[in-house]
Amino acid sequence: MINPLAKLVPGLLEGKPEKKPTRDGFGNGTVEAGKENPNVVVLSADLGDSTRAAWFQKEFPDRYVEVGVAEQNLATVAAGMANEGKIPFIASYAAFSPGRNWEQIRTTIALNNMPVKVCGMHAGIQTGPDGATHQMLEDIALMRAMPNMMVMVPGDAEEGKKCAVAAARLNHPVYIRYGRASEPVFTTPETPFEIGKALNLWESKNPKVAIFTTGSIAYQALSAAKTLAEEGIDVVVTHFHTVKPIDREAIITAAKDIGKIITLEEHQTMGGFGSAVAEVVSEEYPAQVIRMGIQDEFGQSGEADELMEYYKLTAPHIVAKVKSVAGV
Amino acid sequence: MALTDETLQALEDKAREIRITVLRMLNAAKSGHTSGPLGMADIFTALYFHSAKHDSKNPDWAARDRIVLSNGHITPIRYATMAHAGYFPIEECLTLRKLGSRLQGHPEREKLPGLESTSGPLGSGLSQAAGMAYALRMDKNNARVFCLTSDGEQQEGNTWEGAMFAGKYRLYNLIQIMDRNNIQIEGNTEDIMPLEPLADKYRAFNWHVIEIDGHNMRDIIDAIDEAKAVREKPTLILARTIPGKGVKDIEYDYKWHGKPPSDEELVRFIEQVEATKNV
Repeated sequence: MINPLAKLVPGLLEGKPEKKPTRDGFGNGTVEAGKENPNVVVLSADLGDSTRAAWFQKEFPDRYVEVGVAEQNLATVAAGMANEGKIPFIASYAAFSPGRNWEQIRTTIALNNMPVKVCGMHAGIQTGPDGATHQMLEDIALMRAMPNMMVMVPGDAEEGKKCAVAAARLNHPVYIRYGRASEPVFTTPETPFEIGKALNLWESKNPKVAIFTTGSIAYQALSAAKTLAEEGIDVVVTHFHTVKPIDREAIITAAKDIGKIITLEEHQTMGGFGSAVAEVVSEEYPAQVIRMGIQDEFGQSGEADELMEYYKLTAPHIVAKVKSVAGV
Repeated sequence: MALTDETLQALEDKAREIRITVLRMLNAAKSGHTSGPLGMADIFTALYFHSAKHDSKNPDWAARDRIVLSNGHITPIRYATMAHAGYFPIEECLTLRKLGSRLQGHPEREKLPGLESTSGPLGSGLSQAAGMAYALRMDKNNARVFCLTSDGEQQEGNTWEGAMFAGKYRLYNLIQIMDRNNIQIEGNTEDIMPLEPLADKYRAFNWHVIEIDGHNMRDIIDAIDEAKAVREKPTLILARTIPGKGVKDIEYDYKWHGKPPSDEELVRFIEQVEATKNV
């Protein structure tokens, strides 16, 4: 059953959930952070509308900086502004930032330890018809390996807002990954949110498998959990909005108590969230970890839901994987 | 401030002392870059001992002029000048590039007070300096940002993104001083990837451009004064310099871009620097 302490949207799995892109959370979150702290600024690389940076621009035109189609400039101008006490959020598509400007982020933001918040939009396969060039599937791996850098992957627009607000309060670099497609909003303002702390979304008495998720794929896991429950198969679904630092305790507990873990992410299975989980499990309490995600290949054009189906990341595929892992 | 002959002489003497410190620290480090630091000694001396507003006892002073070094590999000249200006003991210069030293092979802001940024990978300093200038103007802080760049790093795309940004936003509080020494690691810039006409390129990007002899102390100081007076656009001071300047045996020789003097060379090179006093 849905964990009542998670305070998810009531009746979530019965009706049709409201859908919003997680990037809306960036727009709302930066506006809220901007009200809270006058040093918050937003920099955009000619993608203000689609990244939702324009929402901040509308509220705070004097604190919005257009840098042009120049992602290296985006990162480095922000680093310079942070030098002077600003809290810059930089917004572009994840394929370009941190895709193109990774070295600038490494040297001028992470090594410099500047409180720049790198916000990569249109990450994941659900970027859809734009195709492989724009479907960033390696950003978690890129950013996770960088010292000083925190990595957050919100599950929905509501959590995306919380991530932005929380990041603005931190005096160090943060990467936040957002998506393009409209996806179910399953959390509420009351849903607990603590950086570095995973949240059980679904619990059951005698779980055979722990499903670990990051990003919006959490909703697919919840749907799968419901189907499995109807067939008498118990699982837990644990959502990690923070990939770094990762909640080691939650991982170790599942490894000990349940013994089988499936990880879900809209990202390459190499180097991403699943790898982060496997690292902890192999060092602390060896157990089986099955990583679902993109298996070392590029994406392609298609509608978001078609692609999720093609790459076997929808609820029915999760159900099938749980059954095979659980041996039922 | 009137620029007297005595002032100029004192600055030139200081630059000589700093060059000798640079040679000693590179010799002790047994690796590092020699040509660039020697070529920029006069400009660093002018900044730290005359033209820039700063306080070695209060490196975070809000009103200080920001001195941003983009081409981090010439950091020995920055360290040596800072030491002579009182930021840290001159003896500490001999820890350059050694384990545990605050004087990293390429400068790290978190390690040493008084550095504005971490640099080494080329082409990123101008944008950072532009970001600082933009933020200072937002905060109505009258401090200036001096960004020291190399000519070689003008081959980096990021440099031109920064140049475009500074031109668009008319960042008059940003002054770029480019070390135009015509060399890069593997040869002359105009052979490897031609940069000229550099002054025209920057003018086309809406910059004010001043071309000077980067070893003429009066020229350097006058150019900085002129740049400070420009209120509608950023300024580039295109400083023509001689790589290895002050050490006759290595001047103009690109092979000295990335190696330090041996013990024997150190003695000879210091003699050559001292001999420039009587020229």
